[in-house]
Amino acid sequence: MTTVVDSEPGAKPGPARSGLVAVARAPWWLRYALLAVGLGVALWLPNSLYPPVAVDILCWALFAVSVDLLLGFTGLMSFGHAAFWGTSAYVAGIVATKAGLPFPVAVLIGAVAAAVLAVPIGYLAVKRTGIYFAMVTLAFAQMIYYVANKWSTVTGGENGLPSVPRELGGLDLSDEYYFYYAALPIALLGLWAAWRIVNSPFGRVLVGIRDNPARARALGYPVHRYKLTAFVLSAFLAGLGGGLFVMNHESVALDALHWTTSGKAVIVVVLGGIGTLWGGVIGAAFLVRLEDWLSFSGFEQIGLVTGAIFVLAVLLFRKGIWGTVATLAQRRMARRRQSDS
Amino acid sequence: MTGFLQHTFDGLVNGAFYALLALGLAVIFGMLRVVNFAHGAFYMLGAMGAYVLLAELGVPFWWALVIMPVVLGVLGMALERAFVHRLAQLDPLYNFLLTFGLTLILQDLVKSRYGVQSIPYAPPAELNGSVDFGLFDFPTYRVFVLVFAVAICVGVWWLLTHSRVGMVVRAATERPELTRAFGINVGRWVTPVFGFGIALAGLAGVLAAPMRAVNPLMGSDLIIVVFAVVVIGGLGSIFGSVAAGFGIGLIQAWGVVYLADWPILSQTLVFIVMAAVLMWRPAGLFGREEAPA
Repeated sequence: MTTVVDSEPGAKPGPARSGLVAVARAPWWLRYALLAVGLGVALWLPNSLYPPVAVDILCWALFAVSVDLLLGFTGLMSFGHAAFWGTSAYVAGIVATKAGLPFPVAVLIGAVAAAVLAVPIGYLAVKRTGIYFAMVTLAFAQMIYYVANKWSTVTGGENGLPSVPRELGGLDLSDEYYFYYAALPIALLGLWAAWRIVNSPFGRVLVGIRDNPARARALGYPVHRYKLTAFVLSAFLAGLGGGLFVMNHESVALDALHWTTSGKAVIVVVLGGIGTLWGGVIGAAFLVRLEDWLSFSGFEQIGLVTGAIFVLAVLLFRKGIWGTVATLAQRRMARRRQSDS
Repeated sequence: MTGFLQHTFDGLVNGAFYALLALGLAVIFGMLRVVNFAHGAFYMLGAMGAYVLLAELGVPFWWALVIMPVVLGVLGMALERAFVHRLAQLDPLYNFLLTFGLTLILQDLVKSRYGVQSIPYAPPAELNGSVDFGLFDFPTYRVFVLVFAVAICVGVWWLLTHSRVGMVVRAATERPELTRAFGINVGRWVTPVFGFGIALAGLAGVLAAPMRAVNPLMGSDLIIVVFAVVVIGGLGSIFGSVAAGFGIGLIQAWGVVYLADWPILSQTLVFIVMAAVLMWRPAGLFGREEAPA
């Protein structure tokens, strides 16, 4: 099996195939061990990090996984996912403020709103592929940005929405430490859903479409409809992240809808490893920690650093963190198998 | 009627900027299959450069109009050799991502030196005042921008259709393998064409300096609108990109006036047009359907 996707001209981005196969081939005990370590880290996180930063990692992990669901497993690079992250942020914020709903309900409503918005945008965007898909999603996201900016009676315009309440059945969640544990189940459910989607028959069809759309069509799969479904599911996951993000910061900023936010989500996926799903979680942890550290140490040119890291990653480190580790592990296993026989 | 003519003129001037930027994007895309995200950043560098030349070195506008495109064109060629070239064999999305990263770097570099405040830049003395068109007056500088931009677009079109270089570029755009099979060294033209596209963005930036707010983020939102413009025109089509640029300029100018009561609608007209084009002509108004994937 060829794993070096990179060298083929016109190859789809990333080491998607090798990543997927590596997960499927890892021995069962390793998979459970990794899962246990992951859950352990997730449970321990706010003890070793400033809790709001820990929640930010959860939100960005959801966001990155939602982007990777399209980029790594469907072959569509959305450069406009801020539209869904931000729409959910606004809707969740407004619902929580106006109706005083418990925060998980508000987040869920926000995510549903993001998914609903994804239907028309996705319907139009999946008519194009490749670079055009990226530009079309980018443009529609910018449209949502302008709408939010101008519709200030509802969205607060440039100022955003201040003081969003964080309510859950009378529990006191003002302490960020406890809020992390209230938010964690939602994030884990979202990540689990992404994993289920990727490993379902539906997910297999998506990968088939990514690798050879013409063949998928010839086999009778309605390619556009599959892509649209993936797009809507992805928007829902991005919405979960955006909603939680609002509850974490107890306010909504217009920035949530800007194209730099969309771009950052793609950066996180590339850093973690395209087509690895969990790579996005690692990438999110890395970037959120880095930005927090930079702003904490008073460094203002954050874009300079993230931009430079991104340029280097695209030039030299296209497999990303998870992709590189998976490839190394795979190579080792293959060697061991050879020496066994 | 007078008002309408004036808005139309305004729209054409704004459209001239879209057209120049879209033209550069289309030329680069045609030759390299790369969508240059940093195009807006180079537009900004053109304007900032004109300001720096005037404020710190006393170089007037007319010289900036020559110097900045050349400097940025050379910088573009260097970037092509250093970075873009390395990703040429991969999916074009990688170069989109690369130029996105470059955009963040360039914007923050300029921001760290000059802040985010808008800087005034006076138009050259020769172009002060206004031209009398009988029914209405129009600032001389804007008339100049429109005439100059149209001249550049026509000039580029003439180069592409009447010169040997243009023939090679057009052939390489439409059928790269076949052009190579005829023994033409297509690779030789990649770097200069990239530099040329960047130079056009820089030129647009210098032209924008006297009439728009000069600041490090001036290209940031503009580039997204230009992306919508090239989707509408059809990125593969040079003529389509220029025509869509002027067309969107007009539609926006009319929208701002006649839809003044619906600011949300007038602000997002370009994206609504894009949605409509995607509905009925997914390949763009002047684009050809891509080879089936």
